[in-house]
Amino acid sequence: MDLETLLSFDWGLMAPEFIILIATVILTLLDLFLPKKVDRKLLGWLGFASVLLAIAALTGLLDNPLGSILHDTFRLDAFAKAFKLLLLVGSALVLLLAIDYESKEGLTEYRGEFYYLFLTGLLGAMIMSSSGDLITLFVGLETLSISSYILAGLRKKNLKSNESAMKYVINGSISTAITLFGMSYLYGITGSTNLKEMSDMLMSISDSQHIYLLGLAFFMVFVGLSFKLASVPFHMWAPDVYEGAATPVTAFLSVVSKIAGFVILIRVMVSIFASVPMEDGTTPMLFALQDFIGFLAAVTMILGNVVALRQRNIKRMFAYSSIAHAGYLLVAFTAMSYVMFDSIWFYMLAYVFMNLGAFAIIQLVTMKTGSEDISEFAGLYRRSPILAVTMGVFILSLAGIPGTAGFIGKLNIFLGALMVNPSHYVLASIMIGATVISYFYYFGILSQVFFRPTATGEETKVKVPVGTTVVIILCAAATILFGVMPQLAFDFLQTNFEQFIDFMG
Amino acid sequence: MNSYYLSLLVFSPLLGIVLLALMPKSNEKGLKMLGVLATLPATILALLAYFSYLGGKDLASFSEQVNWMRFSDFSAIHANLFTVKYELGIDGFSLLMIVLTSVLATLAAIASLHIKNEWKGYYMLFLLLEIGMLGVFTAQNLILFFIFFEITLIPMFFLIGKWGYFNKEKAAYSFLIYNGLGSAILLIVIMVLFAKTGTTNIETLKVLVNGGEGQTLAAMSESLKMGLFIALLIAFGVKLPIFPLHSWMLRVHVEAPPSIVMLHSGILLKIGAFGLIRFGMGIFPEQFETLAVLIAILGVINLLYGAFLAFIQTDFKMVLAYSSISHMGIVLIGLGASNEAGVQGAIFQVVSHGLISALLFFLVSVLYERVQTTQMNELGGFAKSMPIASGFLLAGAMASLGLPGMSGFVSEFMAFLGLFKEMPILAAIGALGIIMTAVYLLRAVLSITYGQANREYAGIRDLRSFEWAPVLVLIGLIILIGVYPAVLSQPLENIVLGIGG
Repeated sequence: MDLETLLSFDWGLMAPEFIILIATVILTLLDLFLPKKVDRKLLGWLGFASVLLAIAALTGLLDNPLGSILHDTFRLDAFAKAFKLLLLVGSALVLLLAIDYESKEGLTEYRGEFYYLFLTGLLGAMIMSSSGDLITLFVGLETLSISSYILAGLRKKNLKSNESAMKYVINGSISTAITLFGMSYLYGITGSTNLKEMSDMLMSISDSQHIYLLGLAFFMVFVGLSFKLASVPFHMWAPDVYEGAATPVTAFLSVVSKIAGFVILIRVMVSIFASVPMEDGTTPMLFALQDFIGFLAAVTMILGNVVALRQRNIKRMFAYSSIAHAGYLLVAFTAMSYVMFDSIWFYMLAYVFMNLGAFAIIQLVTMKTGSEDISEFAGLYRRSPILAVTMGVFILSLAGIPGTAGFIGKLNIFLGALMVNPSHYVLASIMIGATVISYFYYFGILSQVFFRPTATGEETKVKVPVGTTVVIILCAAATILFGVMPQLAFDFLQTNFEQFIDFMG
Repeated sequence: MNSYYLSLLVFSPLLGIVLLALMPKSNEKGLKMLGVLATLPATILALLAYFSYLGGKDLASFSEQVNWMRFSDFSAIHANLFTVKYELGIDGFSLLMIVLTSVLATLAAIASLHIKNEWKGYYMLFLLLEIGMLGVFTAQNLILFFIFFEITLIPMFFLIGKWGYFNKEKAAYSFLIYNGLGSAILLIVIMVLFAKTGTTNIETLKVLVNGGEGQTLAAMSESLKMGLFIALLIAFGVKLPIFPLHSWMLRVHVEAPPSIVMLHSGILLKIGAFGLIRFGMGIFPEQFETLAVLIAILGVINLLYGAFLAFIQTDFKMVLAYSSISHMGIVLIGLGASNEAGVQGAIFQVVSHGLISALLFFLVSVLYERVQTTQMNELGGFAKSMPIASGFLLAGAMASLGLPGMSGFVSEFMAFLGLFKEMPILAAIGALGIIMTAVYLLRAVLSITYGQANREYAGIRDLRSFEWAPVLVLIGLIILIGVYPAVLSQPLENIVLGIGG
C-alpha cells in the first residue's frame, strides 16, 4: 500500500480514537522520563484533557453521515457515535474521581500506570463500538479486557486486589475463548469476518445443519459476552473484582466496561443473528431465541437484587446492583422493540451519572477510614447534609423513583417490552418486582445515611476534593435534569441519530 | 387553554422548601413559622378555585398542557403517539380533594409544631409530600399521576423513619415495601395501557379502551382488560387499604408522628379511593360492573373486620387505625353499589373521613404531647383535667360513628342507601358494622375521658394557643357538611351523573 492510498482514507473519522491513542503514548513516555518526585496527578489531568478533546472531536463528527474506512472494519454510524459519547463522558468522570483517589496502601507508585491503562481500556471500548468486523471487535474487546485485568490488580500489595485480578484474568480468558470459538463457527460458515458481508450471506441460508451450527455459535458468543456484562450465571467474578479493585477501577468496570459489553453484544447479535432465518424461513434466529435471553435477563435481575440484600460491603453491594442493572438492560435487548436503541442508550446515560455519582461518594466515605462496611455511611446526614442529599438522589435514581433519570430509563424499557407483540408481560413484571426488592438495600443505605448516628459519635466534616466535587455536582444535576426533562436527551437522540437506521446499512 | 393556576397551586410549597433550605438549622421558631406559612398559598389558591367554581367559573378553564416528553419518534404515524404531556386539570371530585388536601396540610403543619427536633428537614419533606398529594389529584395522565404518587412515597418513608416512635424504622420499611409493590403493580397497568394505546391521557383512554375493536394501537382482549382492572384494584387496594392488604397501615398509624398520620389517614389513604373511582370506574366501567359484588363484599369485610378488631385494642391509636380500615369499607360499599347514591356516598365518606380522622389524630397529638402515652389503660379521667379537649374528642368520635348532623352520617347513609337498593342482604350484614362502630368508639373515648386515672397527671393544661385552630376548623367543616351537604354535592353533580344512575 503506498502513501497515496493510505492518505486517501478519511482518517478524520477516527479522530477521537487517535486523540486517545496519542495521549496514551505521551502519558507512557512522560511517566517513564519524568523525575520520581513529580506528582503523577499531572498525568491524570492530561488524560482528562485528552478525553475532553476526544469528546469535542466526536461532537464535530456528529453531523457526519455514515462513513467507513479500512474496508468497512471501522464504521462511524449513529450507533457508534451515540455509544462512544457515553463511553467518553463516563471515562471523563471516572478520571476525575481517580485523580482524587488516595488509599491507605498508596496507589502513588503506580498512579501513572493507572491513567494510561485506563486510556487503553477506553480505546478498546471505542474501537468496539465502531467496528464492522469480527477481527476489530475482538481486538477492541481484548484491548479493553487486558487493560482491565491489570487495573484490577493495581493495588499490588493488597491481597484482595491480587485475588480479584487473578480471578478476573482466568474468568475473562475462558469467556474470551468461548466467544472466539463461537466466532470461528460463524467464520467457517460464512467465510468472512465482515459483519455486513456475513449478514448478507446468512440471509439466504437454508440448510438446517448450518442453522443448527449457527445456533451453537449464537449460544457460545452470547455466553462469552455475558461474562463481560456480568449477567447471571456468569457473574461470579464481579463481586470479588469490584471489592478488590481500587474504587476508581471499580467505577470504570461498572460503567465503561459494562457499556462496552452491551455495545459488542448488540453489534454482534443484531448484525449477525438477526439475519439468520430459522427453519420456518420467516422469524430471524435472534427473535426465535428471545426466550433464552429473556430467561437470563430475569435470572440476572432477581439474583442480582436478592443477593445484594445480604451484602454489608458497599462495593460488593454495588457489584450486585450493577449485575441487576445489566439485567434491566437485557430486558430491553430481549424485547427488540423499535425503541431498543433509544431505551438502552438512555438507560446507560442515566446509569453513567447515577452510578458514578454514587461511586464518587463511596470513594469519599470509604477512603478516609479504609473500611467499606455500609455502617461507614451512618450519620453522613449530620456530618455533611449536602453529600447526604446528593447520595439520596443517586440512590433514588438507581432504585428508579420518579423525578430522577433512572425512572425515565426504566419507563422506556417497560414501554419497549410491552410494545412488541406478543408483549413480554412476565419479563416486565419480573423487572418491576426486582425493582421493589432493590428498594430494601437501596433504602438500607439511605437509612444509614439519614437515620443512624455515627458509630464513633464524632461529627467531623467531610472534606471534598475539587475533582470529586465536580463529579458529584455534574452527576446530581444530570440525574435530576434528565428525570424532570428527559425530552432534552430524547431530542438529542432523535435529531442526531435518526433512529439508528444506518446500523445495518 | 393554558393557565398556570394549577401549576402554581401544586408547586407553591416548593417556594417554602427553597426558603427553608436557606434558613439556619437551629432557628426553631423561624423554621416552624415558615413551615406553616408555606402551606398557606396552596390553601388560598385552592379555596379561591372552589369559590370561583361556586361563582360559576368553568372548571375546564383551569386545565393546562405543555409538551413534556416523547418516547421515540413516531410522528410519521400520529403526531401524539407515545408522547407524554405535562397536563393538569380538575373536575368536581378532584377540586374537593385539592381543597381537602391543602386545608389538612395547613392544619397538619400547625400540628407539627409539636415536633421536637430537626425541624428543617421535617418541614422540607412535609412540603414535598404536599406537592405529591396535590399533584396526584390534578394529574391528567397516568404517567404524571404515577410520578406524583411515588413522590408521596419518599417523604413519607423519611418522615416515618426519622420522626416516628419506637418501631419507626420497621414501620417505614413496611410502608415502603407494601406501597412499593402497590405502585409497581400500578406501573405495570399504566405501561400496558400506554404500550397498547400510545397515550396515557385519562380522558382519551376512557374513550379508546371502551371503544371496541380497532380503536387501540394493539388489540386488547377482554381478559386483558379484566386482568388490568384486577391489578388496579390490588394496587389501590394496598393504598386504601382493603383487607388483607392492610397490615402496613396499622404500623404507620401507630409509629408515625400524629401530624403525619393526619395527612396519611386524611389524604394518602384516599388516593386509593380516588384512583378506584377515577381509573377503575372511568377506564374500565364494564369490568367494574362485573366485579361490583366482589367490591361490595370486600367493603363489608373491611367494615366488620375493622370494627371488631378496633373493639379489643388497648392503644387508642390502634383503635383509630382499625376504625380507618372500617370506614374505608364504607367507601368500598358505596362503590360496590355503583349507583348514584352509592358513589356519592363513597366520595362523601372520602372527604368526611379525611376531616374526622385528621381531627382525632390531632387530638391524639395533643394528648401525647402532655402524657407521652396513648395506652387506654394508662389514661383516664381527662374530662376533669382537660374538659375542652375531651369535649372535642367526644365530638370527633360522634362524627365518626355517624351522628346525624355531622358529616359521617351523611356519607354512611348515602353509601348504605345505594347498597340497599342493589344488594339488600349484604347491606343488612354491613349495617351491623355501624353498630359496632358506635360501640368501640364510645368505649375508647369514655375510657379516656371518664373513669379512674391509673397514674397521677398533675398540671396538665387544656388546649392552648395554636392548638385551637385545627380543632375549630375541622369540627366546623364536619358540622357544615353534616348540616348542609350541598357544599360537597354541588361540585359532584356532573361526575356522579356521568358514572352512576
